[in-house]
Amino acid sequence: MEFSREKRLKARLAGDRRGDLYPHSLQFYLQPPTENISLAEFENFAIDRLKLLKAVENLGVSYVKGSDEYKSRLEREIRKLKFPFKALVEDDYDARRKDHISHFILRLAYCQSEDLRRWFIQQEMDLFRYRFNELTGDLVEKFLKYVNLSYGAISKEVKEKLAVQLLNSTPGLNGAKVEELEFYKVPLQEAMDLFRVRRVYLLNAFTYVPQTDIVAIVLNNYRTKLSKALALTARSLPAVQSDERLLPLLNHLSHSYVGPDYSIQKSIGKISLEHIDALSVKSFPLCMRQLHRALRDNHHLRHGGRMQYGLFLKGIGLTLEQALQFWKSEFIKGKVDADKFDKGYAYSIRHNYGKEGKRTDYTPFSCMKIILSNPPSQGDYHGCPFRHSDPELLKQKLQSYKIPPTGITQILELVKGMHYQLACQKYFQLTHDVDDIGFSLNHPNQYFAESQKLLSGGREVKKEPSEPESSQQKLSSQKSTSSCSIPISSNTEADTELEGLDAYFTED
Amino acid sequence: MDTPCQGFMPGSLPDLLPLYYRRLFPYGPYGRWLSYGGVVKNYFQRREFSFTLRDDVYVRYQSFNSPQELEKEMQKMNPYKIDVGAVYSHRPSQRNTVHMGAFHAQEKELVFDIDMTDYNDVRRCCSSAEICSKCWILMTIAIRVIDRALMEDFGVRHRLWVYSGRRGVHCWVCDDSVRKWSSAMRAATVEYLTLVKGGSETVKKVNLTDPIHPFISNSLSLVEPYFEEYALVGQDILGSSESWEKVVALVPEYILWLLLREFPKKHDSIQRWELLKKKMEKCKPCHAEWEIMLQYCFPRLDINVSRGVSHLLKSPFSVHPKTGRVSVPIDLRKLDQFDPFAVPTISCLCSELDMAHEEEDGEKENEAEPEPRRRTRDYKKTSLAPYVRVFEQFVEEMDKSRKGELLKRSDLQGDF
Ligand SMILES: [Zn+2]
Repeated sequence: MEFSREKRLKARLAGDRRGDLYPHSLQFYLQPPTENISLAEFENFAIDRLKLLKAVENLGVSYVKGSDEYKSRLEREIRKLKFPFKALVEDDYDARRKDHISHFILRLAYCQSEDLRRWFIQQEMDLFRYRFNELTGDLVEKFLKYVNLSYGAISKEVKEKLAVQLLNSTPGLNGAKVEELEFYKVPLQEAMDLFRVRRVYLLNAFTYVPQTDIVAIVLNNYRTKLSKALALTARSLPAVQSDERLLPLLNHLSHSYVGPDYSIQKSIGKISLEHIDALSVKSFPLCMRQLHRALRDNHHLRHGGRMQYGLFLKGIGLTLEQALQFWKSEFIKGKVDADKFDKGYAYSIRHNYGKEGKRTDYTPFSCMKIILSNPPSQGDYHGCPFRHSDPELLKQKLQSYKIPPTGITQILELVKGMHYQLACQKYFQLTHDVDDIGFSLNHPNQYFAESQKLLSGGREVKKEPSEPESSQQKLSSQKSTSSCSIPISSNTEADTELEGLDAYFTED
Repeated sequence: MDTPCQGFMPGSLPDLLPLYYRRLFPYGPYGRWLSYGGVVKNYFQRREFSFTLRDDVYVRYQSFNSPQELEKEMQKMNPYKIDVGAVYSHRPSQRNTVHMGAFHAQEKELVFDIDMTDYNDVRRCCSSAEICSKCWILMTIAIRVIDRALMEDFGVRHRLWVYSGRRGVHCWVCDDSVRKWSSAMRAATVEYLTLVKGGSETVKKVNLTDPIHPFISNSLSLVEPYFEEYALVGQDILGSSESWEKVVALVPEYILWLLLREFPKKHDSIQRWELLKKKMEKCKPCHAEWEIMLQYCFPRLDINVSRGVSHLLKSPFSVHPKTGRVSVPIDLRKLDQFDPFAVPTISCLCSELDMAHEEEDGEKENEAEPEPRRRTRDYKKTSLAPYVRVFEQFVEEMDKSRKGELLKRSDLQGDF
């Protein structure tokens, strides 16, 4: 729905009474933001939320969700990125605003495919669960009323009558607890996740939910609303995509990882071609090791593989001359003669180095890009082995690389849960014999850099990936340990005003 | 009406179907059922029907302006099988004229499909697609368990249970609210109703943990009365060492050895089961005795049939092309007496009809009556009659509760 000018104006005026706009630290994000924001703020918000969701994903796999460790680490992240973390803080308008706007920006970037939507919903749900559970009893009541989810608690008499059934339907209760807990009578459809696994008493189309499980009801409701909203956003996406300022930004966000893009290397020219075979075993992530092996075996790689592997090699420091030599020496062992190579393939290699065509300096692919775009088909070796291999084949491959069986089980478990990057992280741990790798893996070149750092016993060989040189093209946000940059098209100015985001969200 | 009934020959179907669709199919109640009172606009018109014609030619996405038009088409095409699908956003027959992506399934009855072949690991009387009166008890149990849960737990009112015509049963849940359920809700319901999990690779398919949910204890009290007749007598699951090994694999190990030692001393399955139960008394936190009962008797639902809103299911009163038996509604008040082998075949019905007409022709008294009235009474001359009666009662029940609902609503409005 596109708001009329008038309505928008009103909303904006109302927004001046800042307290009214965000009465709670938590919300279902039902109304898109109506204010105009600068492109710079747009980006910063988006990147910060992406960082937060990434942290949510990582913590959810490394720690038991809801455990003290999980909660304190997540709180630290939320605090660091300046999102609302304590429900009671009165004056956190800025944090609530950031929470609101950044959520809606990521909706735009993450509505585009089933995979993206699923990932986004999962992380948002986990984040929401954490924040809801932090609310005090009083605020829970208030919030439930605010989102129209207040259910009537059953009377003492009803509870006594149903005591045995309630006790038997609700794991982890005892008689005393049944007596002291409030039970709410919730319509069947709103308690799907609870009755599905028989965690509540179900009678005549109503479930009887103890107050301790009300969070499941709220999440169920939130999930429904969010997935509907994402589907609607996806339908209105053509309107967003016609905005040339936003399109590259959103695409980058959805393919994005948080961290440097490895397009420029200080170590350029420090790799010699003879070492690549050894490096591919020691320091390449599985995807690149697979591509290297396939290239050596077949003396050929198809386009998808040449792109993914070629840009990776560029990222680890191969010069254009080295790259030409490397590919040529391999291809001419196969069906391609030198002349054909120079006329055909050499062009695309120079192209990757920005020496041909549009002269774009292509950046190596991030994990997200490899996982989400251009899946391999028959005869291809690119892609993410954790995402695109048959689990049985992956298992065999890992066995042949001498990964211990327990490690393989752990990796396959992560793959099953669709945590491909974490599976890769596990592979790193196992091949480097470390317990905690101390970084969150987002990029094959990051994998290589971290591996080299570790193997050389320090930082001599490689420094932290450098800051981008062409800073006028890259808006870097605050410098933290993992520096963060996001390239946007050069015709945008940092202070460009964006019309209210609400124009991009339809209601149906 | 004890007409001698010849066996059904699948080859005779093309000759019999025209008669069946012209004279016997209960169009009246059928049309009333799927119109749902005409409350929602174009509800019948947006319903998908699918016909299976000769040589397995499958025609999907058919829709009709009225039950009468459906009737005409059935009499013209004489389908071997009729399936009922979802109510769509647009008329299925016009789906190509709407904008791509806009055409989608909106509503359908919640359906369950229980098929005897899913029990092949726990019945020894028959193989694959065969059934007999011994294993039919499994269907009886399934209907009892699922129907109770639908009624008491899910608060559902209108359930139509139908014999599939061969080796299983279908259930159509028709309440207004349920027809609107999302596929997630349907899947959640099947999950709630499922206790037997795992394929041929899983030995122990039922695992109970404390506390025992009321759904499970309620179901157990329905399964228990049938267990002896089905499992101990009919299937004789503890009759020989070969068969009891499968059963004792489901109990804790230290009891397993006790049982293996003492079973040979007992005479039959019933005695051995008594022994097992006694031994299990000492084993406090485990429920192996119940787990065995459930693994052998508890309903096994096909989640894929129930989950998809657009999934098709064989229509009631469609003829099973292999057996010739009509897919008839089951009267739950006489569930234990229901005999799948007594369900009339199409050849039966046709010869009953012929016979009735020979008698009539002799008397020549119905001549003056108009054709339609004669036709509505035709099925009453055959053994299809009691099944149509069950169906009519089901449709009447729905009409009644719809009227009650309307009355309630107009009363409410009267208050304002
Ligand atoms: Zn049998």
